[in-house]
Amino acid sequence: MKIQQISLFAENKPGHISAPARLLAQQGIDIRALYLADTQQYGIVRMIVTDWQKAAALFEAHGFVVKVTEVLAVEVPDRPGGLADVLGALDGTGINIEYMYAFPYVRGNEAILIFRFADPDVAIERLQAAGINLLASEELLKK
Amino acid sequence: MTAILESCATDCHPASVPDYTPLAELRNLQLMRLKAVVARAWQHVKLFRSRMDELGITPDDIRSLADISRLPFTKKSDLRDTYPFGLFASPMKDVVRLHGSSGTTGKPIVVAYTQQDVDVWSSVLVRAFAGCGLHRGDIIQIAYGYGLFTGGLGAHYGAEALGAAVVPTSAGHADRQIMLMKDFGVTAMCCTPTYFLHLIERAAELGVDMKDLPLRAGVFGAEPWTDSMRRHIEKMSSIEAFDIYGLSEIIGPGVGCECRHHQGLHIFEDHFYPEIVDPETGAPLPDGSEGELVLTTLSKQAMPMIRYRTRDITMIMPGTCACGRTLRRIGRIGRRSDDMLIIRGVNVFPSQVETALLEVEGTLPHYQILLTREHGLDRMEVQVEVTPQMFNDKIGALQGLHDKLQSALDHVLGIRVQVALVEAYSIERSQGKAKRVIDRRTS
Repeated sequence: MKIQQISLFAENKPGHISAPARLLAQQGIDIRALYLADTQQYGIVRMIVTDWQKAAALFEAHGFVVKVTEVLAVEVPDRPGGLADVLGALDGTGINIEYMYAFPYVRGNEAILIFRFADPDVAIERLQAAGINLLASEELLKK
Repeated sequence: MTAILESCATDCHPASVPDYTPLAELRNLQLMRLKAVVARAWQHVKLFRSRMDELGITPDDIRSLADISRLPFTKKSDLRDTYPFGLFASPMKDVVRLHGSSGTTGKPIVVAYTQQDVDVWSSVLVRAFAGCGLHRGDIIQIAYGYGLFTGGLGAHYGAEALGAAVVPTSAGHADRQIMLMKDFGVTAMCCTPTYFLHLIERAAELGVDMKDLPLRAGVFGAEPWTDSMRRHIEKMSSIEAFDIYGLSEIIGPGVGCECRHHQGLHIFEDHFYPEIVDPETGAPLPDGSEGELVLTTLSKQAMPMIRYRTRDITMIMPGTCACGRTLRRIGRIGRRSDDMLIIRGVNVFPSQVETALLEVEGTLPHYQILLTREHGLDRMEVQVEVTPQMFNDKIGALQGLHDKLQSALDHVLGIRVQVALVEAYSIERSQGKAKRVIDRRTS
């Protein structure tokens, strides 16, 4: 159920995301989801790609500081209340979301939420118990 | 003495009489004091005595001023290695003041004064201020930092002893500085030259033209500055700007100062004996050649310094000054023989930055110090390359790291610095070694 997400450190300056994007393009690695967390000075590029091992090795070889983290991909119907239902399942459990981001499907009628939890195993248990659909890595990448 | 006072009626003070001591008499006094201070250090300071033992000399071997070159040097690292009180020649019951300055690593260096040392310090500052044409009736604003740093309190006691009215504002709060200068009719400022530049700019923003104020003199020091900066300051504020020199290890500000002829800084050499040596070999150099300034305190009790290597590069200027002082002059300090940086008047060593970074990270990341000047104020940024060990994909964690680095640097350096987390390998390396300091300050 856990998905490997790649994070890169990038200074908040023009052009600092184009180099990693170009590297992935050259190697035929596809970006399925991307999120930029930024401060005034620097940012963190988080992405889910089709081949995370190859991407991580590629970035490291090119001098990037890379971190691989495990996140969960939650599928929700793309309608009002979709997110609230998922978050409702976590209410009162003490499970803390370290960060999250969302993106809609182009083809289907679902949206995908990417979560990072301090303890993903507990979160998986809880979300599945609430009947929420978690995507495995292959499923996410297939979409 | 009356003749002397008459001949320099506008820029003289009774305390300035030693400035005009006939040469033979001055050299005599220096030799007498040199013998006494060497004997004192030999008797009370273990490090100094053991170094003299190694060289096989005793205080009796000092028979002429030239014999000073037989004595061992004292270096800044000696103050660090004997921290805090190892170089004291007086018991604590005779010490009335302790000051500190940056060391090369985490700990500061400590300097001590007996009452007599404090009095000597005030007297040389009186002579410095008098030489700048200041006197009783002047209102002197002291915008050097008050505290462990010798600048504030040193200038303060000197200005009071001169008989001037002192406005002890300490550093910072530019708007208030300007308001007081204007409201009190301040006639002289003491601060770092870059801070004064900042005040000029800020005053203009506030609609205050420095040229309209009664201010007529600035006694600027604690950092090197140039003649072009002086011209700029004088043009923008219609004051006469003086360069004052000093260092905590010797006494603080007041080791030397310009007179109104502005041809070098007179060293108050009845108390501080100057030599110029080759910074590499330590060999004495004749007057007129550039080298490292070495100072010996001739009258200091609590912490005598014998042949202290200042690391400041200058020369002893040949010839005599038109002002008639017999005190020799040094050229203005332009550079140093070590990597010490002077930032807003505070001494900073790149090694201190390393100490702070190591403290937080356990390992030393690649870093670079970037110095710029904004509105006349030095700005120091420490850029730290993010390593895989430091990197975390949560903003909060990175921000926490940033804040920890920031507070460690503030703590070790004693001044505010900006920390910037930068990408790995973004700091340029020349021959595998990173260039640690980029100085973009222009004066």
